[in-house]
Amino acid sequence: MRDDQIVYPAGPVDEARRQLEICNACRYCEGYCDVFPALTRLTEIDNAAVTRLAGVCHNCRGCYYACQYTPPHEFELNLPAALAEVRQEGWERHARPQLLARAFHRSGLALAAALVVGLAAMFAALAALRPESGEGFYAYLSHAAMVAIFLPAFLLPLGVIGLGLRGYWREIGGGRLAWADVVRASRRAASMRNLDGGQGQGCNFEKGERYSNARRHAHQATMWGFLMCFAATSVATLMHYGLGMEAPYGPFSPPKLLGVPGGILLCIGTAGLMALKLRADPGLGASGVLSGEFGFTALLFTVSATGLALYAATGTAAVPALLALHLGAVLAFFLLMPYSKMVHGFYRFAALLADRR
Amino acid sequence: MSEPPVWDVVVVGGGNAALCAAIEAAEAGATVLVLESAPRIYRGGNSRHTRNFRCMHHGPLSVLTGTYGEDEYYDDLMRVTKGETDPELARLTIRYSEACLPWMEAHGVRFQASLSGTLSLDRTNAFFLGGGKALVNAYYATAEDLGVSVRYEAEVGHVHLEDGAFQWLELTDGTRIAGRAVVLASGGFQADIDWLARAWGPAARNFLIRGTPYNRGVVLRDLLDQGAQSVGDPTQCHAVAIDGRAPKYDAGIVTRVDCVPFSVVVNRDGQRFHDEGEDVWPKRYAIWGRLVAAQPDQVAYAIIDDKARGLFMPTVFPPVEAETLEGLAQALGLPGPALRETVDAFNAACRPGSFHPTERDGLATEGIEPPKTNWARPIDTPPFRGYSLRPGVTFTYLGLRVCPRAQVQGADGPLRNVYAAGEIMAGSILGQGYLAGFGMTIGTVFGRIAGQEAATHAR
Repeated sequence: MRDDQIVYPAGPVDEARRQLEICNACRYCEGYCDVFPALTRLTEIDNAAVTRLAGVCHNCRGCYYACQYTPPHEFELNLPAALAEVRQEGWERHARPQLLARAFHRSGLALAAALVVGLAAMFAALAALRPESGEGFYAYLSHAAMVAIFLPAFLLPLGVIGLGLRGYWREIGGGRLAWADVVRASRRAASMRNLDGGQGQGCNFEKGERYSNARRHAHQATMWGFLMCFAATSVATLMHYGLGMEAPYGPFSPPKLLGVPGGILLCIGTAGLMALKLRADPGLGASGVLSGEFGFTALLFTVSATGLALYAATGTAAVPALLALHLGAVLAFFLLMPYSKMVHGFYRFAALLADRR
Repeated sequence: MSEPPVWDVVVVGGGNAALCAAIEAAEAGATVLVLESAPRIYRGGNSRHTRNFRCMHHGPLSVLTGTYGEDEYYDDLMRVTKGETDPELARLTIRYSEACLPWMEAHGVRFQASLSGTLSLDRTNAFFLGGGKALVNAYYATAEDLGVSVRYEAEVGHVHLEDGAFQWLELTDGTRIAGRAVVLASGGFQADIDWLARAWGPAARNFLIRGTPYNRGVVLRDLLDQGAQSVGDPTQCHAVAIDGRAPKYDAGIVTRVDCVPFSVVVNRDGQRFHDEGEDVWPKRYAIWGRLVAAQPDQVAYAIIDDKARGLFMPTVFPPVEAETLEGLAQALGLPGPALRETVDAFNAACRPGSFHPTERDGLATEGIEPPKTNWARPIDTPPFRGYSLRPGVTFTYLGLRVCPRAQVQGADGPLRNVYAAGEIMAGSILGQGYLAGFGMTIGTVFGRIAGQEAATHAR
């Protein structure tokens, strides 16, 4: 039988498996990331394993540029793209309803439209619900009204993500978690070790064959900035309900100490990620999602930039408009979490949890 | 950088040896032009498919453990070449290898710990992170940063010599390029099937070429035609048994089939022809290329049963599988009754005993020819699986004779400004057999020497 008699299957998981089987016979890339050592430990490359490995892949592209078998070679290996397609298909399939995921993952325009709707909703809320009294932001929208809008807008999408994750966890054969799994996965996520090229030299994203840590650093700024902003909100909630300390908070209060640097990091990180993506080869990622990815990153940038602008404008006449802008962007961001690139963080962490030694 | 009318150093080839030469020459201040016959995506010759560098060292060095001294290294070389080597060049290569590893790291090459399944090499061979193509990429980046010019799809057709010296060379598109010195690092001739068939015989037309299709030996032929001295057996090539479904060229490492010790191997007619269990596979795989080449149609079939599953490295293509031997024979295109008869006779000759897949276990057949002297267990547990095997050519031995300064030897003594490195001269040192990672060592050592010498001559 000659190679022209070998039938290459078509679906994302089947195509990824075809490529992984070639990788497993080669193994030159073992030192780059966690995908390849995990591959060598498998006895069978079944659907669960392919999906799990795809979840671990951070699209650093080291393996692509080192590969002897990239097109036009007839083995046609493009593992970063093949695994990205598996991830993308999973995010869209596990979302409910799937229709929304397909729209927002693939269209920056749809994301922009959602943002406009979010903004309009907040302008309308500010106009309709203007309180008679209140301090700081609460002069424009009461604390009760904010909670009434944002609590469900945050928890419901999280619930949708949770449902998707449950299905994903079963699909990748996640099993029971041990504390050591959580520690290990948290370390990997926090350091983004899978973007460091295996030796700290970084990935092959915006410079092709040359290594660079720019993407890892931009992504770390984004993730840590986001987590700090989230922590700022959480701390503020605790202070409000637990200690009876209401906003506005001073510049050296915990919410501000977390939120301002967090917002700055998030701005820098998202701007960096967009700039790098412009220079990277789109052929090494999932197809058809570039616009949705840019749209999502731009939305995250908008959230952080309007937040910082709002803080900078404290006490000026620009506050109500900036408040509506910021809250509108946050509202759109929350509601889009299950249907945008935001879900990758949740699924990535699940895959890292399931990638046991 | 504008192009000079006469380059200091012109490097023919674009693999490991060529790039080491280019980097050394550029660091010595020379203007350097690299002529790579492949397009950019396939640049790097056979170095693309390599994975490690055999290195002498005293005490742990980078990823290497323990000590690998000159004498042990030399003994390893003597064992595989059976003396077919130039002792002076061999010792030079071995000694210089120790200084090369740090040099490689300083020029962008990254190493990783020994790959899974290759633990036996963690003392002697330093593995490249990502393999040979990553090494090639690192060297191109370093060369570019040093101002080296690179032309792709630039195949050299003729190197013009006058009064024992290089003057200019001509590309196949007619372009002439002049230089003060030239480094020939364009590999062997194994991708020229016609040449292989002339040297080996018509059977070579059924060989698969494991490496780049761009090593056609054009420059080697051109130099030999102009009286350069040769080394190495012109009729021989290094060939191993690989998956018969592999592409004709460039499939590299993945097409290896490591199940032979746990199989019976039959030819087109369903007959066994050699002891499958002579020794552990890494010590024997090199002889199977030749064995398969001697069979009708240059094809053989390794047959295993379900007991062998998981005992060998995964294969690039899934095996052909069937519930019965007859079904497998049909799927592989083998005569069913003959295969049945062979396997029955083999099974009847198997004896009870304990089976140890990783060491010679002495579990041998009795009363059949050829015997299987280790790992002989009956082929009786469905599903049955089979792989077709064909000879896969790794490299050729014929090359240019060089002196320790990497100078090519003409009919009347050394050519003044012509140097050679890599596979095009490796036959001087590796005249027979194969030693893992040694080709890269020869390429690195002689590439560096050639680059230094060429730059010194040119300036």
